[in-house]
Amino acid sequence: MNDLEYLVQHRHIIACCGSGGVGKTTTAAAIGIRGAELGRNTVVVTIDPAKRLADALGLGAAGLTNQPQLVAGEWPGQLHAMMLDTKQTFDDLVARYAATTTQSDLILANPFYVNISGSLGGTQEYMAAEKLYQLAVESDFDLVVIDTPPSRNALEFLDAPERLSKFLNHRLYRLLMAPSRLSMRVISAAAQTFFRQITKVVGASVIDDAMKFFEAFDGMEDGFRDRATQTQNLLRRDSTAFALITTPRGDAVTEAEFFAAELARRDTSVSALIINRMLPQYPKVSTGPAALRANLDQFRRAAEREESNVTPLLQACPSAAVARVPLLSTDVHDLDGLRAVSASLFV
Amino acid sequence: MDPAKYFAASRVHIVAGKGGVGKTSVTAAAAVAAAQVGLKALIVDIDGKFGAARLLGVDTLGYAVTPVDERIDARHLAADDSLLDYLADHGMGRIGRRLVTTGVLDVVATAIPGIKDILVLGKIKQIERDAATNGTYDVILVDAPAAGHAITFLKAASGLLGAVAAGPIRQQAVDVAEMLADGNRCQVMLVTLPEETPVNEASETAYALEESVGVKLAPMVVNGVIAPMDGLDAATNNATLLAAAKFRTERMAEQHTHIERLTKTLPLPHFELPFVFSAALERDEIDTLASAFLAGIAQL
Repeated sequence: MNDLEYLVQHRHIIACCGSGGVGKTTTAAAIGIRGAELGRNTVVVTIDPAKRLADALGLGAAGLTNQPQLVAGEWPGQLHAMMLDTKQTFDDLVARYAATTTQSDLILANPFYVNISGSLGGTQEYMAAEKLYQLAVESDFDLVVIDTPPSRNALEFLDAPERLSKFLNHRLYRLLMAPSRLSMRVISAAAQTFFRQITKVVGASVIDDAMKFFEAFDGMEDGFRDRATQTQNLLRRDSTAFALITTPRGDAVTEAEFFAAELARRDTSVSALIINRMLPQYPKVSTGPAALRANLDQFRRAAEREESNVTPLLQACPSAAVARVPLLSTDVHDLDGLRAVSASLFV
Repeated sequence: MDPAKYFAASRVHIVAGKGGVGKTSVTAAAAVAAAQVGLKALIVDIDGKFGAARLLGVDTLGYAVTPVDERIDARHLAADDSLLDYLADHGMGRIGRRLVTTGVLDVVATAIPGIKDILVLGKIKQIERDAATNGTYDVILVDAPAAGHAITFLKAASGLLGAVAAGPIRQQAVDVAEMLADGNRCQVMLVTLPEETPVNEASETAYALEESVGVKLAPMVVNGVIAPMDGLDAATNNATLLAAAKFRTERMAEQHTHIERLTKTLPLPHFELPFVFSAALERDEIDTLASAFLAGIAQL
């Protein structure tokens, strides 16, 4: 059993992180398959609408939905797959914490809510964390493999729950809440000035929608805040492993290094480092036809660059299990393809 | 196409592509290419990692303009600085500082999607207007956010127009939407690799950008194309040499299939940049890519 396999066998959550386009979704699915092969009840959560993955998993026309679906396969454990629907998850969360259906209806119809639940930067990350919590704590999965959103800021996923709490605790939020409890007159002159200043910059209608939203939201913030704290704690547990996925190309490695540094700053570390699409590494050959040697030398130099790109990243993650996945000639189209990726991850 | 004509098609070139396609080196190469034909270029960094400027030898980059080369400048545009700048220009400097220092900007940014993007795009628009009037820059290369956020980034303007009814932010959104819709002022240069997923994603992004943002697309850049090599069919018993030759031949054939597929699925011209076979990616390699960039344009 290699180090990566050990994680798949023993951890409860594996969060696959990395920039977009590095093969994160496929890697997450391959890890999930290994989980099922090791006899665990596994669920893989993808973020992007990954139609090809749904096809590869044999999920048919319905594809991946916001609920875990069983993937048929010959393994001792179970494999489920699902795709995060940010808005649906947010709507469910509102319904859960609303005191009455009237309250939840008011919120769901509010333009400000529609804005933040649909496209707000960070919402996807927060909902991914929320879904993770549901799967890890409120369901009986042994292993949850989550493909994190390809964030611009690599750690939005980790920080999202905390950011939401901060948002709910911020004085602007409390100020926006105030009019529903007190009349505007009671708010201090300083606060009023402050309020006017914001209105001046972003326009009154935004504030108006926001105020109506917060009015409707009244009483729910404690539920949201507690949930955010719990989700955050879940991400910091020892049973949660972070797998960092990259390619050996310069810009992808830069993103990965940044991510590793940010994780370290939060006293968390990268448990697994997966380098996808590596060029073959050939030994030196000093005799033979000149053209063939020239060709070999070119690939040796390119492989050397890949190694030197990756070296600082390896140094930054000293305790990580490392897997190098060779450049595959085609993408994964079926379960066999996923198994091939899985085989190169768990050699 | 004449390189001067290529670059003159619009002043702002937004370079977009998924992680690992070499967007950063293409941005740097495009700046060098523009400089080589006598144009003055500005590299705008958004994510704060200033990869393109770094490839050209810059150690650190901030909001202020940093000269990189004789005809190349670079700067990093952060949302906070852009807002401060904008409000200061409009007689609201004190409010701006207060919004930033109290963290209100962050809260507002949490509440209004795309507000930070619009602040940055608004600043780019201001630089573009200034360049059009004063001739400060012929080419403004924007190293767009990585990881498929280009669409979200560019959609911020239209999104905000729906959310914000009045005020300076709305005005910024209106101005930015205007710039994005004007092909004579701004275009998007998509970068991809001759591989299956990158080609699919580049086509999807191209259609999405045309439909939801209405922005003009520049010829697509297919990066990392392995150049042919003569004599690969030479006879040898050495397994390593044979394996490497076979690898090159197969990769080339495969890259070719994906380029063909790109041509079929997307009615957009493209040109190729070579895969760089070197142990390091430094100024020499960027210069090589810049020459290839100019050669690619010439063949369009």
